[in-house]
Amino acid sequence: MSDPYYDAKDLKHFGDMAEHAPHLGKKFFDYYGAVFEDGALSAREKSLIALAVAHAVQCPYCIDAYTTASLEKGADIEQMTEAVHVACAIRGGASLVHGVQMRNRAQKLGM
Amino acid sequence: MSEPAKRLETLHARGRALASPAEQRRVLRELPLVEEFDDALVRTGLAPLTATGIEVLQINLGKLCNQTCRHCHVDAGPDRRETMSRQTAEACMRALERSTIATVDLTGGAPELSPQFRFVVERSRELGRHVIDRCNLTIIETPSFADLPEYLARHRVEVIASLPHYRKLGTDRQRGAGVFEKSISALRKLNAVGYGDGRSGLELNLVTNPVGAFLPGCQASLEAEWKRELERDFGVRFDSLFTITNMPVARYLEWLVDSDNLGQYLERLVTAFNPSAARGVMCRKTLSVAWDGTLYDCDFNQMLELGTVVQPRRIEDFDEALLTRRAIATDRHCFGCTAGAGSSCGGATA
Repeated sequence: MSDPYYDAKDLKHFGDMAEHAPHLGKKFFDYYGAVFEDGALSAREKSLIALAVAHAVQCPYCIDAYTTASLEKGADIEQMTEAVHVACAIRGGASLVHGVQMRNRAQKLGM
Repeated sequence: MSEPAKRLETLHARGRALASPAEQRRVLRELPLVEEFDDALVRTGLAPLTATGIEVLQINLGKLCNQTCRHCHVDAGPDRRETMSRQTAEACMRALERSTIATVDLTGGAPELSPQFRFVVERSRELGRHVIDRCNLTIIETPSFADLPEYLARHRVEVIASLPHYRKLGTDRQRGAGVFEKSISALRKLNAVGYGDGRSGLELNLVTNPVGAFLPGCQASLEAEWKRELERDFGVRFDSLFTITNMPVARYLEWLVDSDNLGQYLERLVTAFNPSAARGVMCRKTLSVAWDGTLYDCDFNQMLELGTVVQPRRIEDFDEALLTRRAIATDRHCFGCTAGAGSSCGGATA
């Protein structure tokens, strides 16, 4: 995180976002905490999903946070790398599958 | 994440300054921290920290080990020669005999490598005490200790075995190349004599330490996953999984310093201080004996040479009444046992 727009130390101030809208902040953070508890999916599986999504949305805070969380919840670097490839495949696949729209349009316009 | 050294040697063998407990304490003391451990105890109404009894006599039989794990707080290894004498082992057994202590917890190094191991196991069992062997598993794979599973089962010894992960990568990174495969083989041998089957009463518990500078996850959640994966991939069964936080002592401290993780790791331990975990710290119900007979509040204090703050200070002078409500010696490393869900030789405490 060398870009000054992103400072790793700011992550610990995430909770401060509740300050000027505490009722909304509380709802969000209660919900956020509940999402990551063990449920039909384990906390480890949820952390790996979050890690993959963090790469898809390219959030450096989330990448730091869910790398740590995934390790703490028992995932290893091979499992985490595969999770990132899932994000990569979906992002790449999403681009490629839009090629079908391109082909449809090209077929309609072309001779 | 650096590559593991091909063959890690002890701090002692490499002549590192950090081999000295005084130097380790100095490095920890120089860090800027937002709070001292004793202040955290005061803030939460737990000062002064005192023992609540002695339920466990933890005997460190010596520093000799067949492994050289990267996170070892003992700086144990094949070159270490500190080992308990028969005279000290007998003093431990005399203290046990005249006490109400229910459990004897044997650690090291690899405790089985101590010439006193079988004497202490058998005498403790004769005295009707529960015995725990903190086993590194690979010792079972060495030819001269092939009879260990059968021996431990015969004497109804609980086995607490180290296995940082149910996959090879993390295990070998922390404990050395080839350790994972040997550990699985050893676990199968323990299963074969009845350990971990849930019926024989032969308890087999696993310990996981994080492979890096982070805290362990939820013990119950990890246990369910460890059980599923070890059974599915290797047919291995066990009873419980204990999560243990790595202590910034000896080789783990060295790794934290060398990887530039020490400051943020200590900060993480301090900010994760949990009063419930502090109430349940193991030193409140444990007495630790070193290979040379010196008494400590826990094995970590032993490695930092922070002796008991009250008399008696040697096992030969053991006095249960004086030691039962003793004040506990604390310092910054104690944050390791009070962070998050807590950590002890029996896993999470909160």
